[in-house]
Amino acid sequence: MAARGEVRARPKPMSTNSAVAAAVKDLDVDVVSAYPITPQTTVVEKIAEYIANGELEAEMIHVESEHSALSAALAAAATGARAFTATASQGLALMHEILHIVSGLRVPLVMSIAMRALSAPISIWNDHSDLMNARDSGWVIYFVHTAQEAYDTILQAYRVAEDPEVLLPVMVAYDGFVMSHTVEPVVTVGRENALSYAPKRPFPYKLDPDNPVTMGTLAGPEWYYEFKYQQVQAMAKALEKAREADREFERRFGRGYGVMECFMCEGAEALVMATSSYATTLKAILPEMWRQGFKVGLLRLRLYRPFPIREFTEYTSNASSLVVVDRSISFGAPYQGPLASEVASVKVKEGLDFNLVSVVAGIGQRKMEEEDFKALVRLAWEARSRKYPETIFYGVRE
Amino acid sequence: MMGSQPERFKSKFRGILDIPREERFVSGHRLCAGCPVGTVMRMLTKVAGKDSIIVNGTGCLEVSSTPYPYTSWMNPWIHVAFENTGAVASGVEAALKVLKAKGVLGKDVKVVAVAGDGGTFDIGLQSLSGMLERGHKVMYVLYDNEAYMNTGIQRSGATPWGAWTTTTPVGKKWKGEWRWKKDIMGIVLAHRVPYAATASPSHPMDMIRKFEKALYYTREGPTFVHVLIPCTTGWRFDPALSIKVARLAVETGIWVLYEVEKGKFRVTHKVRKRKPVREYLKLQGRFRHLTDDDIEYIQKIVDEEVDRINKMAGEEVIGPVEA
Ligand SMILES: Cc1ncc(C[n+]2csc(CCOP(=O)(O)OP(=O)(O)O)c2C)c(N)n1
Repeated sequence: MAARGEVRARPKPMSTNSAVAAAVKDLDVDVVSAYPITPQTTVVEKIAEYIANGELEAEMIHVESEHSALSAALAAAATGARAFTATASQGLALMHEILHIVSGLRVPLVMSIAMRALSAPISIWNDHSDLMNARDSGWVIYFVHTAQEAYDTILQAYRVAEDPEVLLPVMVAYDGFVMSHTVEPVVTVGRENALSYAPKRPFPYKLDPDNPVTMGTLAGPEWYYEFKYQQVQAMAKALEKAREADREFERRFGRGYGVMECFMCEGAEALVMATSSYATTLKAILPEMWRQGFKVGLLRLRLYRPFPIREFTEYTSNASSLVVVDRSISFGAPYQGPLASEVASVKVKEGLDFNLVSVVAGIGQRKMEEEDFKALVRLAWEARSRKYPETIFYGVRE
Repeated sequence: MMGSQPERFKSKFRGILDIPREERFVSGHRLCAGCPVGTVMRMLTKVAGKDSIIVNGTGCLEVSSTPYPYTSWMNPWIHVAFENTGAVASGVEAALKVLKAKGVLGKDVKVVAVAGDGGTFDIGLQSLSGMLERGHKVMYVLYDNEAYMNTGIQRSGATPWGAWTTTTPVGKKWKGEWRWKKDIMGIVLAHRVPYAATASPSHPMDMIRKFEKALYYTREGPTFVHVLIPCTTGWRFDPALSIKVARLAVETGIWVLYEVEKGKFRVTHKVRKRKPVREYLKLQGRFRHLTDDDIEYIQKIVDEEVDRINKMAGEEVIGPVEA
């Protein structure tokens, strides 16, 4: 598709972390406030390099913790700057208090998460425990599955976050190491195109002496609920705006993802729902599985908050079974995979009729190879006519 | 008196009449009757003027001054949380700086951070240290009522020896707080800030000039003003006596008014003859349980501290206790 303006079409080799940093540069972010944690660190190192070289004019706040990183980024955005931060794991956990304050104050801010397991025991490796721990903090959340999509989604994220009808912070999450530290070809669009697609729209209620506001007040029982309900409404708006942002992105740059993706769904009898790098791997093996007779599609959750119910319902309408692969554990929950729990609720809500299987896998980056993904596909196939009431902890030693 | 500064700071405030009439911290707040923090904020915002952004940490002042949908603040004001006042102020300052550099913002806007002793000595110490160490151009005002007052008078690192609080109660075994107040000024000064001072609402012109000077020195880096705030509710005294209690803190040498300007220490209000600490302590219910021996012990510690101050000043700026 012909893109408007000059799009630098030649791909460059980039890790997902580098792709995120490139997006931050192209978006002319004003303030970057972040703290090192594996596997996020190279995002911030790359941004520091851009600033050091004069490729990006921004203030980098070398904060002393993630709690301060998010606090300072919030404050910068509240002052009218375009702000960014990035973290993972313990860092995201340490930010937890402020996550809710950013969304509650309705400050548009974008943060990338190189997803990683949570202590204890300490693990630097990948799973989604950190992200799932933050899912109810009122942020818009995207899962991305390639370095290219990470770059593109950071652009989309600012467009959605800063939309005056949304005004919500956005997280863009991807698998630590498996994506953060592996290199793929990435096409960038350059600053002019990035800013034309996502022009800076500073916080409309910013801290401005000529138009003073009081931000972060005390709200009693007669007011607090309405603040929160407005967040509910903003989330609903974000879904519309995210769809629109993706369509417009595709129109301009020729790459679109949808808020949810269904891969090889045409004629599929069973589905596997996966996110981030697991979706990428499944894409690689599904054609062969089809050749072997397993008509199984991939349902890739891209926009996670707000949850795209319409797309989900549409994509699952012909499926007899759905295996939901979770990368974290909701200990003691009815389904111990948190995504499976949500899918169960959508199933009831929308009256959907498929056999749901909850699979937990890759905890602390427990190895998942091609054969394992094939096993999940076969499980989905099997589940068309068989129920699996308990969460399956795939790959664990009992 | 101020020594030989090359480019000497000149105060606009020679007397009470020089204070702007315009109110920027207005009435209608829910602070306790007799709480001087409202008065202090009134003076602070008059000095800071219109083009200042206020960052306020969680605590009495924040909750009492912004009960939605009301506010006492005529300046842009932000509260985020309890332990991050330094970080929030850093973010505001960094944004102003880059927006100015990029030509988005056309004028100088100052950043004033305000937080309580709990939010500064204890839970916010890390974020304060980060802000100071990185050199953000922020004036930080610590209002010190010597306990977590907002949550109901629990001890903090600022609570003085002997004080009753709800978490250092007086009983058979405990007799109030048994540790000394943390040396927050020492900690701040260790960051080599261009200006730091102590102040008291009992000496308003001294306080106002310190706010002014602290704002002036933000051109070089972070500055700090530590203000004593007698708390009628937590210290247990008649709400009519707040300023008197503050004055007694100065007159007994418990609270010495000084500044450190570019490393140069100076006592800004000399006390020729000190009053005995007993006069300060006896007005406050939080010290009611102290025995004569306890009071003598406090007197001894204050005497030693006064000695140290006089040595630093190189002369007797705080005199002996009046017999
Ligand atoms: C992380 C966190 N812990 C605890 C609290 C509860 N809390 C709110 S205000 C406060 C005390 C504030 O004390 P201080 O900073 O001394 O200010 P004051 O209320 O005395 O003016 C506490 C403990 C909180 N809001 N956030």
